[in-house]
Amino acid sequence: MEIVHVYTRLRGELGRQCVLSDRRAEPLIDVPPQPDLSTHFIRRPSREQGLQAARDTTEHQVNTERFESDSKGMDHSEGGWPKDINPQEAEQTIRYRKKVEKDEGYVTSILQLGSVMEHCIRQNHALDIYEEYFDEEEEEEDQEPPSAKTINVFRDPTDVRRSISALSFHPDGGRKLVAAYSFLGFQRRLGDPSLDSYIWDMEKPNCPDVTLKPPSPLLCIHYNPKDPHTLLGGTASGQIAYWDTRRGSRPVELSSLDQSHRDPAHNVLWTQSKGGTDAFSASTDGQVLWWDIRRLSCPVDRLVLDMSREENLDRALGAVSLEFESTMPTKFLVGTEQGVVVSCNRKAKSNAEKMVCTYEGHHGPVQAVTRNPFFTKNFLTVGDWSARIWSEDVRESSIIWTRNQSSYLMDACWSPVRPSVFFCVKTDGVLDVWDVLFKHNEPTLSVKVSDWPLYSVCVQEASGVIAVGSQHGDVSLMELSDKLKNQQKNEKTLLSAMFERETKRERLLEARLKEVRLKERSRSQQSPEEELRGERGEEEPLELLDRAERDFNHEALLLIQHYILKCT
Amino acid sequence: MAQLADVEETLKRIEAHKGVIGTVVVNAEGIPIRTSLDNSSAVQYAGLLQDLTMRARSSVRDMDPQNDLTFLRIRSKKHEIMVSPENNFLLIVIQNPCE
Repeated sequence: MEIVHVYTRLRGELGRQCVLSDRRAEPLIDVPPQPDLSTHFIRRPSREQGLQAARDTTEHQVNTERFESDSKGMDHSEGGWPKDINPQEAEQTIRYRKKVEKDEGYVTSILQLGSVMEHCIRQNHALDIYEEYFDEEEEEEDQEPPSAKTINVFRDPTDVRRSISALSFHPDGGRKLVAAYSFLGFQRRLGDPSLDSYIWDMEKPNCPDVTLKPPSPLLCIHYNPKDPHTLLGGTASGQIAYWDTRRGSRPVELSSLDQSHRDPAHNVLWTQSKGGTDAFSASTDGQVLWWDIRRLSCPVDRLVLDMSREENLDRALGAVSLEFESTMPTKFLVGTEQGVVVSCNRKAKSNAEKMVCTYEGHHGPVQAVTRNPFFTKNFLTVGDWSARIWSEDVRESSIIWTRNQSSYLMDACWSPVRPSVFFCVKTDGVLDVWDVLFKHNEPTLSVKVSDWPLYSVCVQEASGVIAVGSQHGDVSLMELSDKLKNQQKNEKTLLSAMFERETKRERLLEARLKEVRLKERSRSQQSPEEELRGERGEEEPLELLDRAERDFNHEALLLIQHYILKCT
Repeated sequence: MAQLADVEETLKRIEAHKGVIGTVVVNAEGIPIRTSLDNSSAVQYAGLLQDLTMRARSSVRDMDPQNDLTFLRIRSKKHEIMVSPENNFLLIVIQNPCE
């Protein structure tokens, strides 16, 4: 309800001086109360209010600096001898001992202690409390879901954090781990990152065991499987460096700069040889070089990965990863930046024949190539967003592949114990454990290891410990649950059956594709006249247009006729 | 003197038991009085185990002041170390329990 008061005035009177006078009070508006409006209101009889007589507190977190501890042994030396006796002198000590033995208290004590002790010794003979009581019982299948836990983390001790580009375990037992640190970014960060790489001892996570000082950051490093003291690494300057841990932290030998790769040496591997002195390296400049460790001044052999077999460096494929299996010493696989895996044979007669065949399938650089240790004909490649398993005989495509994941896969390796399990690491910091026999569509176990992208992974053969290296310079050691570490029954047979099945499928698909292609070719061969006609028509487009119009009109007329006939 | 012979006999009997690797008799000051091991091992055992025994005894008595430690057995992967304490002396026997 609006309360409005209206008054009118002549226009001529506007602006005239006000003449005020008294007037009686008059009610302008009278608004009576409306009791029915009270039904809209609810009386609130009580209100609740919380009260707490407690002190206000806030939450704070404090973390102390890491406590650096070091394990040292203690050697107990002789002591406690009274002042007048020199512990070095046998006579004096013997005399003292005899004196103690003659003491009354000694005799009674020993007799009593002796009887107590004999009782316990006899107990040990009577019953062995640690014996295996239930030998024949079979171990139950562990129903727990697979899991992995971090046992240890080794952090980059320098201030400027570099990423881990390669990891390798010590060949015997693997109590040591070598990590190659390098800065893979494009521009150098503020502050000079140090060039060192470290060998870590698993028991001492606080400080590295040995420091390796290369002339430029190492991109990959490997222990020699035959000689655990020697290491081989590829540097960012393209040179190959060879260390002996007994002889200090500088490389014993370095390949000469002009003979080495022009691009960073991405991968270096030891090959089979009598003295364990042969190695080969690959780099994104498109070359694969073979070296003899004793003479790193000049490579023994050179292969240019040029697919047109002309040894043209400009058109060569850049190699990013290498694979060598010691049971097949003449063959090796190279993963390239272009997404192609090249299988090569070392013993071919000419360089052109060295590249046997290629496997295409990835869209981006093939970050890792590894053969299955149990089925060496099948190998795993990772690159871009998926991991693919290939069989050597099938060249068209991979036999098993994973779905495209949400982030890049940077490295992968097979489990040395279980033939169907492989591990891969991604740039979102997750380690994926895939069990090919269990499921194909997603990893059996995904563990988020760190917030930083993970760049490399390596499995130790004996204990099944996995080392994962991140961009921030942290190496995390993970241990898997037992189910993933022990081979299940029939695993090998099931896996070989699966590989065969998939290979067969791919072969069938290949054959079908070939058939289709043949048909197309034969079809195009059958009609060369049509092609000629087509050529003539092209010379006079106007004629073509006319013809097209005529055809169209003709067809349109036919349709209309058809409709008319239908309606009538 | 006859008692000394008793002591000798007791210790020899203990050492002759099946699986016993060695024995050490330690006095209150930590000096190995009699041992069947070499001196350096005996000194190590004496030093380390005396400390441990004192710790064990104080733990037992902390729980219940009327209680006292009578025997200490340490089973390790390789063998079992048995320590029998007294006020003044400590008898340590290292035995390889038979499987």
